[in-house]
Order: sequence, then structure tokens, then C-alpha cells
Amino acid sequence: MISKMLVRALAAIGLLASAAHAAAEPGESGWRQPWGMNLPEGVTSLSQETYDLHMLVFYIVCAIGAFVFIGIFYSVWRFRRSAGARPAQFHHNTMVEIIWTVIPFLILLGIAIPATQSMITMRDTTDHEMTVKVTGYQWLWEYEYMDEGISFFSRLDEDSQRARQRNPEVAPEEVDHYLLDVDNPLVVPVDTKIRFLLTSNDVIHSWWVPELGWKQDTVPGFVNEAWATIEEPGVYRGQCAELCGRDHGFMPVVVVAMEQDDYEAWVDEQTGGEESAQAASGDESGSESGGGESGEQAGGGEPEELSQDQLMAQGEEVFGNQCAACHQADGQGMGNFPALAGSSVVTAEDPQEVLDVVMNGVSGTAMQAFGDRLDDREIAGVVTYIRNAWDNDTGDVVQPAAVQAAR
Amino acid sequence: MSSTTHDTHHEHGDHHAPPYGITRWLFTTNHKDLGVLYMSFALLMFFVGGAMAMVIRAELFQPGLNVVDPYFFNQMTTMHALVMIFGAVMPGFTGLANWLVPVQIGAPDMALPRVNNWAFWLLPAGFVLLLATLFMPGGGPAGGWTMYPPLVLQMGDAFPFLIFAVHILGISSIMGSINIVATILNMRAPGMTLMKMPMFVWTWLITGFLIIAVMPVLAGAVTMLLTDQYFGTSFFNTAGGGDPVMFQHVFWFFGHPEVYILILPAFGIVSAIIPTFARKPLFGYSSMVYAVAAIAFLSFIVWAHHMFTVGMPLAGQLFFMFATMLIAVPTGVKIFNWMATLWRGSITFETPMLFALAFVILFTIGGLSGLMLALAPVDLQYHDTYFVVAHFHYVLVTGAVFAIMAAVYYWLPKWTGHMYDEKLAQWHFWLSVISVNVLFFPQHFLGLAGMPRRIPDYAVQFTEFNMISSIGGFVFGFSQLLFLWLVIKCVRGGEKASDQVWEGAQGLEWTLPSPAPYHSFETPPVVK
Repeated sequence: MISKMLVRALAAIGLLASAAHAAAEPGESGWRQPWGMNLPEGVTSLSQETYDLHMLVFYIVCAIGAFVFIGIFYSVWRFRRSAGARPAQFHHNTMVEIIWTVIPFLILLGIAIPATQSMITMRDTTDHEMTVKVTGYQWLWEYEYMDEGISFFSRLDEDSQRARQRNPEVAPEEVDHYLLDVDNPLVVPVDTKIRFLLTSNDVIHSWWVPELGWKQDTVPGFVNEAWATIEEPGVYRGQCAELCGRDHGFMPVVVVAMEQDDYEAWVDEQTGGEESAQAASGDESGSESGGGESGEQAGGGEPEELSQDQLMAQGEEVFGNQCAACHQADGQGMGNFPALAGSSVVTAEDPQEVLDVVMNGVSGTAMQAFGDRLDDREIAGVVTYIRNAWDNDTGDVVQPAAVQAAR
Repeated sequence: MSSTTHDTHHEHGDHHAPPYGITRWLFTTNHKDLGVLYMSFALLMFFVGGAMAMVIRAELFQPGLNVVDPYFFNQMTTMHALVMIFGAVMPGFTGLANWLVPVQIGAPDMALPRVNNWAFWLLPAGFVLLLATLFMPGGGPAGGWTMYPPLVLQMGDAFPFLIFAVHILGISSIMGSINIVATILNMRAPGMTLMKMPMFVWTWLITGFLIIAVMPVLAGAVTMLLTDQYFGTSFFNTAGGGDPVMFQHVFWFFGHPEVYILILPAFGIVSAIIPTFARKPLFGYSSMVYAVAAIAFLSFIVWAHHMFTVGMPLAGQLFFMFATMLIAVPTGVKIFNWMATLWRGSITFETPMLFALAFVILFTIGGLSGLMLALAPVDLQYHDTYFVVAHFHYVLVTGAVFAIMAAVYYWLPKWTGHMYDEKLAQWHFWLSVISVNVLFFPQHFLGLAGMPRRIPDYAVQFTEFNMISSIGGFVFGFSQLLFLWLVIKCVRGGEKASDQVWEGAQGLEWTLPSPAPYHSFETPPVVK
């Protein structure tokens, strides 16, 4: 372990030296490094401002700290009894009290001025050129491009998902960007003032990318505002910063900033991609990158009939991604999260109740409404799966048509 | 009260000896007994909360799911905070107040001895309830000690137990504080004017008022959670016209004064110890008193600095930023006064002094990072990261906890009549002060480098500092067993302590024999 740490330390030094080169290839920012110790300067004017203010205050508190610590260490050394110090008996001096009240006050005033200016700038979302709505869920993000009509969910990538289990198949160290990668990143253009509207679907989350310079809580029922103008293309990573339940540590944020042309090409791909996804519906569900409101996707054509094997395969995949975190891969649940294996609701003769739970959630608990997040085929698959996996053997299947009817 | 009963009482001749057996402790109304009970309970809870911290640091030793499930991890972070705040630090300070306030102001006992007994015995009841939640279906509270809705409402069957436990602990604190305030205001010896009181008494007088003011607010907040969950109200539920952020406002209106409740008595302790070992009076006594009062006042108008990221109006952010920055002024005055007390003293370095000096230095680090956190625009980066975790552990562990340890070493000879083992105590100090910095200092870096708090697993880039921090944590945790042993050893025997104990000590408690008799100052001393 020590040797591994050494290697990583050396790598960090090397990377710092060649930070400029590192930025060229996949556009990964050079800030996130082992032994990282400081805030990023970031890629927005706001992050630069907060960084400058942070460093200013840091130097000021270092100076104050040095004054205090040197004073104390000098006193205890100079006036130690073992060196024969005789105690003086003074205990009061109004003038010095006034001095050390007024001087700190003036220093604070000096800090307050730039801090106030920064705060005012940060809250000014006027003249924005595009708007992205961010919605927090337990435990993923949804991004909606208000003008482009694009929306999608963004959750922890599969490699990290595998590596974060007990006795994992892959070690965290072997995953690129462990816990900091998602399936569908937020793609935005550079040099564009983006307004973020932030809200939540369940509990409070907080959307944070350090290189944008701020975090903002997402509060259910309220919409918060923030903004960023990203100045350099690149990949910027962050995490949920407000405790939001069991998988709070597993809902990263990834922002990919592109040149305007590349971004426009991406938008075309997404909006065009929606039609092609519909045409090819059935081949490759589950990957809904930029696929619009996935719940509505299957709404167009006739619902398909699937075999039990197809449904089980689909269901197992969805279960692994969406359900296993709480209900566990063996369906036994854990703590607050009920077991599905052997559950009377899950194995009831009529699947309507469990279908209702999956689609609409259970209010007052961590059980989410998946009706908007999954398409008919996925819901049909996962309900079929939990009714037949483990020792649950109802033997029947739930077809996408039944899900469509239940919407 | 007839004179016959009074006489019988004297005939038995048991007026000065405590009764024997378990009933002595169950029914005692003696301030020294209750002080011992409070502090023993605090020490027990310090180890319970510490064990939870060990689980946290073990899980964070390296990335991946290593020891406990994320949901249990969240229970640990939540319970660690609740146990340390309400079980270790607050009862620790209340125990010190029980033992010391009467003997420092020349009173025979506390003003309300039976309330005192009841306030203490509510604590074990409350903590049985709270800790039992860990074994209930759905587990203990896992939404953070701040109990933010809607997350806290997702808790399992233990939810009402959590709320009820908080109520009981709140009642206990309020009764204890009323007692301390009543004692200080009514039972001072003749000549002991307010401005002659020892600093520890002053800080507890102000702390007492803070507790009485804010504990009911916490009780109200959690009661609203209870009715939201079970009685169909919508205080914090947007769908019913409520606002989840309102809970945060109400909670932190309690919560910010609460953090000063956890530090003001520490100021009093350090203001007693430093003059003793510098052999010089406290510099600027009256400005120290005014500074504590100013800090207490400001604590009521800064609560929303815990909420800079929730989305409040710009004017709100600016107001709470300015008010918070102002706290640095009276806090700075205190630090400078301690420095001036050291200046031209004649300083020796017994263990209480070492802990007190470490307090001044390390609390200053926590104060300076607090100043950084006060700045709203940068707080949008710091908030909810390990930088915050480092900050509040510097003020609570190397602040409050170090002060309590300093106090224990300082007054232990007066309580037991024996000197503690100085050499071993110095070991305890140096192990603690080094490991606690290894534990918490790297967490500043982790936070700035982007690690959020309250996560059970982290990106590989954070491995090194987490490993260092965990190693510091284990050493710090196990070093505290030394403290336990030192206290036990000192209670059981040791070199006989003189009445004065410390050459430079000032105050009424040092005029009493060591150990202090079961009943003291039955005839009030006269303070000149």
C-alpha cells in the first residue's frame, strides 16, 4: 500500500508538471489528482472569483495564525519558570483591548467588501443564453434542456456500480474515475451563460461541480437558480453534496463542456437520435442517452409481446441498476428497505398492486415513482423479474401493454 | 418542618457522610455526587460515540465497500454526532458545573437539588431510547444529526423513538440549566458580586440562558416532524403548502447557539487554568465577560450561515455573512487576552496547562477556518465538504473535549484527594495532541480537493489523506483509554493532594480540603 501511495504521489507530481498536455486529449481537467489539497481555479469567472477570495482569506488567516502562534510559543518559551521567570501582576489595559478589537474589525471590513461583490455577481442570472433544469432523485440526476427539448437521466456508471459492491469483481482502483463517472453526462457549450434551475423530486440534494465554483441545494417543491459560463472545453466532475439517503455517495455529476460547433452537433444527434431510437425500439432499450422522456418513448407504436426470457433478462438488468441498491441483489432487502423475495405484495396473484408501487412509489418512504423514469418495457421486465426471481415463482409475466394500460 | 425532625437528624450524626450503596446514586441530591454521575455518564458516552467514529474511520480507510453497508454508515455518522453532542460534551460540562459552581461561588449546594437529580436520571433514559433505535426494524436515524426533512421522514419504526429521545434530552438540559442559573443568581457568598465570579461561572451563566432559550425551539422543530409524519400536518411538506427549508431555519436557530453552548464553558475552564500555571491574574477579566456575552448575543443572529446553499435571498446571505464575520471580533479578544495572560508570567507545563495551551492554539485554527466559512461566496464551495468536518472537529474535539480533559486533570486532585499520575498524563496529552492533528488536519485538504462529507466511499484520488486521517483516528481513539485508566487510578489512590493543589490556583474551591468534603460552605465564606 505504501508503495502504491508513492507511485501515485510521483504520478501526481508528473501530472502537475504536464497539466497543459493532460488537458489536450479527452479534455479531462487536471485538477483532480491524488494528494489534491486545494480548491480549483476552475473554468468559470465565478470559480476564479471564489478561488481568489479563498486564497486572499487563506493568506490573511495564515498571517493571523502566525501572529497568534508565534506569540504563544514565544511567551511560553521566554517566560517559562524553569528559566527563572518571575510573574508580573498586571491584568488590565484598556488601550490594547481597544486596539485588538478595532484592528480585527478593520481586517474583516476589508474581506467583506470583495466577498459582497462576489456574492452579488453569483446571484445575477440575468442575460442567460440557455437554461438547464436539474432535478435530483434518490440517487440520480435528471437534466432537461428547456429550449432544445432534450432530457435524460444521469446515474453512476456501471463500472463504478460494480466496484462499489462488497467483494467487487473489479477493484475501485482499477475503475477510471471511480464514483465520479456517469452513464449520460450533462453536455453544454462553452462561452455561453447557462442558467441552471435546480429542484428535487424527493429529498434535498445538492448539485456541485467544484470547477464551476458553487454548489446549490435542490429542494423538493422549490426551484433554485444559479449560473455558469464555462470558458474551457473539458470534462468536469462533481458529486451530490447534501446527505440524501443510502446512496448519497453514489450520484456523481459530470459536465462535458464542448465548443459551440461540437455542442450543436451533439444536440442534433440527440434530437435526431430520438426518432431513430423509436424506430429501433425493442433492440436496445435501457440505454436512453438523450432519448427524451423515456417513459413516453414506447407510447407511439403498438406495445410488443415479449417472451418470459426476454422480460426476465430486461428485468434483471433494470433491477441491478435501479433496485438492488436498497432491496439487495438477493431480494432480501436490508434495514428499512423491505425484502421482495417472499413478499406477499410482490407475489400476489394480481400484479396490479406491485405495478402501482413500482410506477408511483410509496409516499413517505424512500420508494421512488419509476413511472416517469422507465419505459413500458423496462417496467414490465422488472415486475416480471421480481415476481419470478429468487423463490418467487408466480410463473406469469407482465407485458408492456399492461404497463401502458396502467399509466 | 418541625424542630423535632431537625433535632433527630442531628442525633443520627449522619449529616456529613453519604449513604451507602446504589440508592446513594439513585436518590442523591448532592451536587458533588451528581457532578460525578454526569461526568461518568459523559465519559461512557464519549467511548460509545468514539466507537462509532472508529467504524466511520475504518470504512473510510480505503475506497470501496469495506466494513459496513452505506445505510449503516449513515446511522453511524448520525448517531456519532447525537451521542457526542448530547451525551458526551453537554453532560460533561453540566457535570463540571455541578461540581464546581457551588464551590466556586461559596454555596452549600445547587439551588434545586431534586431537579438536579431528575435532570441527570433523564439522561440515561433518553440514551437508552436513542441507542435502542439501532436495533429496531429499519435501523437507527440515518439522515444526519440535523434531521432534515424530507429525508428524516424516510426513517423506519425508530422515528418516534428518536423524537422522544430528543425531547427527553432537551428536558434534561433545560432543567439542568435552570438549576445552574438559579444557583448562580441566588446563592453566591456574601461579597461575591457578579463581576467577581470566576470565568467558569460566568460562562456557565450565559450558557445556561442559551440552553433555556433554544432547547424548546429544537423540541418544537422535532415535534413538527412528528406531526408531519403521523398526524397529517404539512409544516415541511411542499405538497401540503409547507417548506422543508423552514425546518432548517428553525433547527439552526437552535443549532447555532448550541455550538456555543458546547464551547463557552470551555472558555471558562481555560480562563481558570492559564492564570494558574502562568502565576498571573487573567488579563482583561471584564472584557472577557463582555466578549462571552457578545458571542452569545451574536449566536442568535447567524443561524442561516449553515444554509448558504439552500437558496435564500441575496440580502439574507449578505446579512448572515456580515453577522457571522462579526463573531471573529469577540473571539479574537478572548484569544488575545489569553496571550496577554501568558505574557511575562512564570509558566509551568503540568498536564492541565498543556491541554489548555493546545486548546488555545487548535481552537484558533478552528476559528480561522470558521472565518473562511463565514464568507458566503466561498462557502458555496466549502459547504458540506470535509473542510467543514475538519473545522467543527477542531472546535469541538481540540476545543470542547480538550477543555474538558484539561478541567478533569486540573480539578481531579480536589475531587479525589489524590494527584493523578503526571507522567502518564503527559503521555496521554502528547499522544492525543499529535494524533488528533493527524486525524483532522488532512480533512481540510480533502474538503478543498472536493470530497463531500457524509459519504461512505470516495473517489480513488482521496485515498491517501483518508488513510492518514484514519490512522490518526485510531491512535487518538485508543489513546483515550489511557485517560480512562488515569482517572480510575487517581480515584483509587495516589500521592496525597494538598488543599491548594496548584501553587498559582485562585478561588474558593482551593480553600476547601482535598478531597472536598461531602458538604461544603454550609457557612458561607465572605469574599472581599
